[in-house]
Amino acid sequence: MNPALSRMRLWWAIFRVSLEERLVYRGDFAFGTLMRFLPMLTQIFLWWAIFDAMAGRPAAELPGQVPVATADGPDHAGSPVAADDTVSTETVPTETVPTEPLLTETSAGSRDISEVRIKGYNLNDMIAYMLLVMLARAFSSMPGLTSGIAGSIQKGEVKKFLIQPVDMLGSLLLQRIAHKLVYYVIAFFPFALVFFLCRSYFEAGFPSPSLLAAVILSLVGAFLLGFAIEACLGLVAFWLLEVSSLAFIFMLLSFFLSGHMFPLDLMPAPLDWMIGLLPFQYLAYFPSAVALGKIQGDALVTGLIVQFVWVLVFGVLCRILWHRGLIRYGGYGG
Amino acid sequence: MPLIEIEKLSKHYQVYQKQEGLWASVRGLFRREYRQVTALDAIDLQVEKGEFVAFLGPNGAGKTTTLKLLSGVIHPTSGSCRVMGYVPWERSNHYRRRFALVMGQKNQLWWDLPAQESFRLHQHIYQIPTDVFQSTRDELVDLLGLAKLLRQPVRELSLGERMKMELTAALLHRPEILFLDEPTIGLDVVAQHNIQQFLKHYQQTRAITILLTSHYMKDIEALCQRVVIINEGRIQFDGSLAGIVDRFHQERIVSLRLADSTSMDELAAYGRITKLQAPQVQLRIPRAEVPTSLAEILNRFPVEDVSVSDPPLEEIFAHLFSSGHSGGGGNSPREALELGATELRSSGPRDAETESRRGLLREVRR
Repeated sequence: MNPALSRMRLWWAIFRVSLEERLVYRGDFAFGTLMRFLPMLTQIFLWWAIFDAMAGRPAAELPGQVPVATADGPDHAGSPVAADDTVSTETVPTETVPTEPLLTETSAGSRDISEVRIKGYNLNDMIAYMLLVMLARAFSSMPGLTSGIAGSIQKGEVKKFLIQPVDMLGSLLLQRIAHKLVYYVIAFFPFALVFFLCRSYFEAGFPSPSLLAAVILSLVGAFLLGFAIEACLGLVAFWLLEVSSLAFIFMLLSFFLSGHMFPLDLMPAPLDWMIGLLPFQYLAYFPSAVALGKIQGDALVTGLIVQFVWVLVFGVLCRILWHRGLIRYGGYGG
Repeated sequence: MPLIEIEKLSKHYQVYQKQEGLWASVRGLFRREYRQVTALDAIDLQVEKGEFVAFLGPNGAGKTTTLKLLSGVIHPTSGSCRVMGYVPWERSNHYRRRFALVMGQKNQLWWDLPAQESFRLHQHIYQIPTDVFQSTRDELVDLLGLAKLLRQPVRELSLGERMKMELTAALLHRPEILFLDEPTIGLDVVAQHNIQQFLKHYQQTRAITILLTSHYMKDIEALCQRVVIINEGRIQFDGSLAGIVDRFHQERIVSLRLADSTSMDELAAYGRITKLQAPQVQLRIPRAEVPTSLAEILNRFPVEDVSVSDPPLEEIFAHLFSSGHSGGGGNSPREALELGATELRSSGPRDAETESRRGLLREVRR
């Protein structure tokens, strides 16, 4: 049989088995999909409170009165209500707290919340950014990859890939692609619903086809980069055996440095430059900023190139760690 | 040319040594002491095509290390090894398509999926043509009686069923060599027996070469023509099962039933009485004296029934492996073996026990 063809067949077989495996746990799956929205909600409320405080009004008055996106014309007229319905009804207290004395002091200096900007982000941008980060992380986060690889090294299951003529990293990648695809299919409707209800926050409207292509490319890059980095961390288990603290440090760093918590533009001067040199931003910030139209033209092209260079760097590192690890494994035990 | 050629193969491990206590733990952060453990000490071994070889030895003797080296999972410290002309630890795909390793304690199937999905994946991993795949699979499934279990997730199979699935998966690509690391560990008697029968049948019909490690003497008695005893990284015996018995058993067990048990004590003149439960008596008679002693006994005593058997193999190995010799030194392993064999303790005769167990199996399988 043609070797390329049989290789394709093998990939397809691994992919299909992974799909089937993923569909076994329906309950866990649905739950996991819904849980993804929760942390994002709290972050949106946090930013809401921050913007409101900057506008000079107490946060408690928020829900009924935020004139989100009213300046943007008739297009968005209906949406603030919709956004309110979906986002705020459950968590934010609806009763207004009496704050007479404070109000008299601050009312003079208060501005319209939509005019408040933090380094170029108004509240709408911020909420749109948070939604996009959620989307980007649906691509770049790899639950269980590091611990899975480390576990199979510790327990010796990695032997299977030494005995059988099949590549572990390739299998894991295909497996992950299958898992993600199942996830996207199931999560498509909740995601679409949230983005539809929140459409008014996206002031630039739906991205143009070329921008959309760039966004998709950056999301694919985010997926590959996330996979490569976390696979590297897992492979360190050949040397350290226990990598959970390493994984924790990575999670913590990526929480801040990937733009998961806030847009990286908000970082003060020397820091933002340093963060720009690190790969983390391509996991969340970069795809989101591209979608928001904050990165365009040459900067966009350069960004995409750098992102894929990072993918390459970590991909090659993975291979090196795998080969070195096997030599060590072969020498030490198994 | 032998199928497997091992020459002066050694494997040393570095094992981290930690003293007791917190202070030692802190010190261990900076300076670690390692002790070298010799898992295999320059072994030589040749296996011909179609042999069924058992590796026997206590835990940590080097059995599994040998299988790992042969399947290319680990590199040796020194020495050479060729299997079908390949160096195993180079892990060429050509070699990997021609052998299989099954470990009793490791699972190679997809846990959450029915085994047939793993089988199909194996078809593509090993590039098995579809018609060959189907006929091999059907044959194995039929032999092992797995047809009803193919659609059940692996995690819901019993240990015995799972082992059969593992074997099926391992044999789909028709390996020429099969390495089995304790394939019957943890299985009940019936499942053990089923797997033994299967292996025996398969090995004979396909003339494949099988190397097996096991703690169960029954596995080895049922299956292997050749036994390699490894202890402390060295091969201490390599030969037939009968050869072990001849070499290490100085005595045979003679069991008698007497019509009249009054003069039973007099039997002590012929050998050591190991069990006395009138009208049954069991005694051990030195191997060479068995024919003459037995003739005399039959003459002098009202014997109703008689059987002669070898002491159980377990006994030999228990002594062999517990005699605490440090390999080399004053006591050669061989001497230790002989020493062990002379102090045999009593236990049920082997043949009778296997017989009764087989009877039981027949019952159970009905």
